[in-house]
Amino acid sequence: MPASFFDVDGTLVGTNLLHPTVFYLANQTNPLRSLGALARAAGRGPRMALAEWVDRRRFNELLFAAYAGISRDRLLCLADEAFDRVLRKAVFRGARDLVHRCRSEGHEVVLVSGTLDFLVDRLAKHLGATAVIANRLEFQDGYATGRLRRPIVAGPEKARLVRAWARDHALELEDCFGYSDSYSDVPMLSVVGHPCAVNPDLRLLKLARTYGWPVVRLGNRPTAITELLERIP
Amino acid sequence: MTTRHSPAPDPSEESDSRVRSSLTVPSRVAPRSHARNAHPLVVTIEKSSGPRVVFSGDRLVEIDLPRGARVVYPRPPIEPLKDPDAAIRYALNHPLGSDPLHAKLRPGMKVVIAIDDISVPLPSMRSPDLRERVLTVVLQMLADHGVEDVEMIIATSVHRRMTASEVRHVVGERIFKAYWPDRLYNHDAEDPRGMKLVGTTERGEVVELNRKAVESDLLIYVSLNFVPMSGGHKSVAVGLCGYRSLRAHHTPQVMRRCWSYMDPAASALATSVERMGRLAERTLDVFHIETTVNNRMYGPPLGFLHKNEDDWTASERAACRGLSYTLSNLPQGARQLAFERIPSPYGMTGVFAGECEAVHAKTLERAYAQYLVPVGGQADVLVCGIPYISPYNVNAFLNPLLVQVMAQGYLFNMYRGAPLVRKGGTMIVFHPCTDRFDQSQHASYVEFVHDVLPQTRDAMVMHAKFEEKFATNPVYLEMYRRGHAYHPAHPFFMWYWGEAGRQHLGRVIVVGADNEYVPKLLGWERARNFTEALLMASDGNREPEVTMLHVPPIVMADVMDAAG
Repeated sequence: MPASFFDVDGTLVGTNLLHPTVFYLANQTNPLRSLGALARAAGRGPRMALAEWVDRRRFNELLFAAYAGISRDRLLCLADEAFDRVLRKAVFRGARDLVHRCRSEGHEVVLVSGTLDFLVDRLAKHLGATAVIANRLEFQDGYATGRLRRPIVAGPEKARLVRAWARDHALELEDCFGYSDSYSDVPMLSVVGHPCAVNPDLRLLKLARTYGWPVVRLGNRPTAITELLERIP
Repeated sequence: MTTRHSPAPDPSEESDSRVRSSLTVPSRVAPRSHARNAHPLVVTIEKSSGPRVVFSGDRLVEIDLPRGARVVYPRPPIEPLKDPDAAIRYALNHPLGSDPLHAKLRPGMKVVIAIDDISVPLPSMRSPDLRERVLTVVLQMLADHGVEDVEMIIATSVHRRMTASEVRHVVGERIFKAYWPDRLYNHDAEDPRGMKLVGTTERGEVVELNRKAVESDLLIYVSLNFVPMSGGHKSVAVGLCGYRSLRAHHTPQVMRRCWSYMDPAASALATSVERMGRLAERTLDVFHIETTVNNRMYGPPLGFLHKNEDDWTASERAACRGLSYTLSNLPQGARQLAFERIPSPYGMTGVFAGECEAVHAKTLERAYAQYLVPVGGQADVLVCGIPYISPYNVNAFLNPLLVQVMAQGYLFNMYRGAPLVRKGGTMIVFHPCTDRFDQSQHASYVEFVHDVLPQTRDAMVMHAKFEEKFATNPVYLEMYRRGHAYHPAHPFFMWYWGEAGRQHLGRVIVVGADNEYVPKLLGWERARNFTEALLMASDGNREPEVTMLHVPPIVMADVMDAAG
């Protein structure tokens, strides 16, 4: 049986890691705490921007530091609301159909995401995915430390996790599918037999064109410029 | 400038020589050929004959055929109907084997109109397209009879979805604005809720069609008949079906029993489609409207492409030279754009309406009157240029698999009676065979050509081992459903389409390929020039009988006295 490995942000939903983080920071126990948390996160903005450019893993570490001090109970308590208000409405048109199609062809559908596990679990249930590989916060005495548990799901690490998951489930990666919108996921796309670029960024689009990887558009219609770029051989 | 291929003594010599007196491929004995070439459109090459001009993709190439070779030219365009709109109204009111359209209409009924897709005609025709003319009259009639629940479906089957601008060109601005996209849309053969099982034929062929069409009170099918294999039962039973139904007949086994696709009476494909179509017609109320076009593929500046090169005027020769020069100096993208942007001035030669088989009999009669040219006997070698366009690459590049389908699928099958080339004979084609694909339209073709073909060229093996994997690939299906890609089973159908030709021909030699591996993948041999190709075809034994099919425009050989 093959598996389909989906990146989440930008591939199946129109959000990125920042959106749920901002939701949590804006929904602290009182407005003052929220304001302080948002201000501290904003202060880390330039470093995060640089890290996003240089090393996706480092970006994740900086971003999730914003969760430091939030209790596990609060995170889980707000998870349904965060999913409803941030993720659910950002699911691309056609994403559920695509996951459903994979399932009907007998694929295991695995969401591989840098987003936090308790949110991706809810998304998986909503889309009909069967498994999740996602980032997990580290907790101490019931409170988030602001660090991520290893391994951090990002960049080349995704490829290793996908390989491990396939091995554990006795799957041939040659038969598996991989979906992502981002050039940073090229390692993950490269380990499966059927890579697919979904709403790709320019670097991934160029690579997909070079290697003849299929390009899929989910969500809104592509702009005229995107359509033009996709036609250029 | 135009590339020139002349028979010359040394096959290793890149031939641009115009010295026809030094032919090593000796001319055939003329009397036998002359005796068989009674029809004026079958021209025998003589000593004084000039070079022939053939397409090699989006360029023109001059070739010197050996003396005695035959060239089969298309018939001149039949004079179009003077008042097409009046002819359409007459056909609707005087249908064949059916009540007139107006008698079938009642207020409040649900009507679905299915329309042929962009694969016909080629290239697309100048506005107004015949489908726009027919739809204008039909929609007016529906409105006059209080029929308001009308939906229009582009009957794409497993072809790609047409883009909005392509649909606008076909149906016209007024209809497009009023109906697109809610009441005028592309068929989706992979929409699980959009298909409905109609039944199964006595041979077990599953007839599953577009649900909207099946559940309508009246289905009107508007067809533009471009080649004899289109129209008839194929309209509904293929145009509105899905993969489950196509699996019944788009198989190597069925394709091997087609002699030819263009002759429904001798085609196992057409027979299967007919059974399925009859089942559909027993369940659905279908009113068919079929139109035929003449052969006027090129307007005045390119009109010389319709004619015997020996009859060209000085200005036509200059036009050809100018065109060749321009094409050889433009980049590929610009050449393609230039051809895509020139719509054809096709004229309507007939319109027939009513019951499927009665209508199609008339359509076929009209199509054959335009395309068939009697040819006496088969040849050892069939020569064809392959143009830049096929039914499956409108607004896209003609990729290697489509080059194959043009040669062994379409051009080989342009006959009635017997193939133009003898069993085990050779087909010489001209095309660069560039390894390039439109990745939006032909995403699954890339994998087919570069993953399946290196493993096997055996259609039976690929049918058994690979087809279903492709047909259920979620990525390709997504691209078919929401993008503009062909269904992932389509590359397999394209290979099977060449199956009859592959089984019949001894070899295919391509001239002008820009690489070695694509011809090899296709199972073809490669020659550097026409001289070399002819020598390869003759195999050093005897002078081969050579016949060239001068396409485009479309011509079909009505091969008589096949024993030769």
